Amino acid sequence: MQTVKMVVTGPFAAGKTAFIQAISEIDVVSTERKISSEAEKIKETTTVAMDFGRITVDDDLVLYLFGTPGQKRFDFMWEILSEGMLGFVVVVDSARPETFREAKGILQTFRAYAPTPYVVAANKQDRDDAWTVEDLRIALKLDSKVKMLPCTATDRDSVKKVLLELLYSILEEMKEES
Amino acid sequence: MSLKGNLRDFTVTQLLNLINLAQKTGTLTLEGPSLAAWISFREGKLIYAQLGSEDGSLTSLLAKGGKITPQQATVIKTRAADKSDKELGLLLINSGYLSQQDILVCLRAHTLDIVYQLFAWVDGFFRFDPDVLPPEDRITLRLDLENIIMEGSRRLKELEQLSEELPNLDMALNFVQRPGTNIRDVNLSVEEWKVVSYINPKNTIKQIAKANRMNDLQIRRIVFGLLQAGLVELVRPAGMPLPPQARQLPPVDRREQSSLVNKLINRIRSL
Repeated sequence: MQTVKMVVTGPFAAGKTAFIQAISEIDVVSTERKISSEAEKIKETTTVAMDFGRITVDDDLVLYLFGTPGQKRFDFMWEILSEGMLGFVVVVDSARPETFREAKGILQTFRAYAPTPYVVAANKQDRDDAWTVEDLRIALKLDSKVKMLPCTATDRDSVKKVLLELLYSILEEMKEES
Repeated sequence: MSLKGNLRDFTVTQLLNLINLAQKTGTLTLEGPSLAAWISFREGKLIYAQLGSEDGSLTSLLAKGGKITPQQATVIKTRAADKSDKELGLLLINSGYLSQQDILVCLRAHTLDIVYQLFAWVDGFFRFDPDVLPPEDRITLRLDLENIIMEGSRRLKELEQLSEELPNLDMALNFVQRPGTNIRDVNLSVEEWKVVSYINPKNTIKQIAKANRMNDLQIRRIVFGLLQAGLVELVRPAGMPLPPQARQLPPVDRREQSSLVNKLINRIRSL
């Protein structure tokens, strides 16, 4: 059986676990722990090693989705998780501008680990205070060529669109290279 | 007994503060991981600094400060090789080529440049030798340490922030291809233009700094500004090998890979 891997990354509390949960056919194997730091207590638990979701294509092919831990002190896991990935999704909380700079840093770090295709998911677009995709693109200083997609990580169709766009990018890159 | 220890336990800022408060006279030797530096003091005032084997002769400093041309520096070095810095300084002043102020400005800039760099040294050993002073033939200054400590601390904080923003100087830069953006239309300083002229995916930031004789803080400041303005982007330098972990799909043929991705697309569409 062949397995392929995609990584879902982004700042703390951006919605990475929800993103994987929305699409995975298995209950996400999560490594969440209660948050100890007062400063980061905007949610009750956080991922400390990785989230792990699965989509079976057929008897011969399985796609694994790995979610990275968002807290900076667990960033030693990023390099390990990025090994051999097909592409990656950067999830950004559109309603928390204080995390945009960190999102940009994470994106650059993953690009350095592996120059694979990626897309940016502008999550929590269902919230009133969410920045628009266009404004977010400017804030993150992303080139117009980078795919940036509105997303609500709890909504399966929305997550599907993001993953499909990433796969289209991978396919396009393969065509360009051949 | 001389004052000595580890910079991890006692920072450069703390050392300068101590020398200032105790009005010490002598030379502070700092041994970093790859370089040594010497700073001398008289009654708590900074009088002289030397970094590694850097040419700190008056001729070099005047050339560095733009007071004489590199050609003039070569001529002076040849013709006045037997003259000490003090004698040479007097000769230049008496012959009307330079004023005393010109010389002092260059010396001051050079000395402060060294000392400000030392604030960022966190690894290494220090030793203070009382009453050891620079060679007699060198021109010394008399600079108050309070302002230097304040400015050094400010620069150190700035360097720390910039290092966080721009952690890796081994990366290269590329101009952002964005419609309506033309670097020629942007108002840049001379120093910024110097950096811009070297921007190319083949040159690392470190190499650009070296070519322009800039220290870490100077290059980081400029590159950070260019990045913030969206004029350039960080890229992996051309020719730099990918880290071993940066493998993509297993090495199968393109057709097989495309087929695999198409399968994934169809599966996700069907969810």
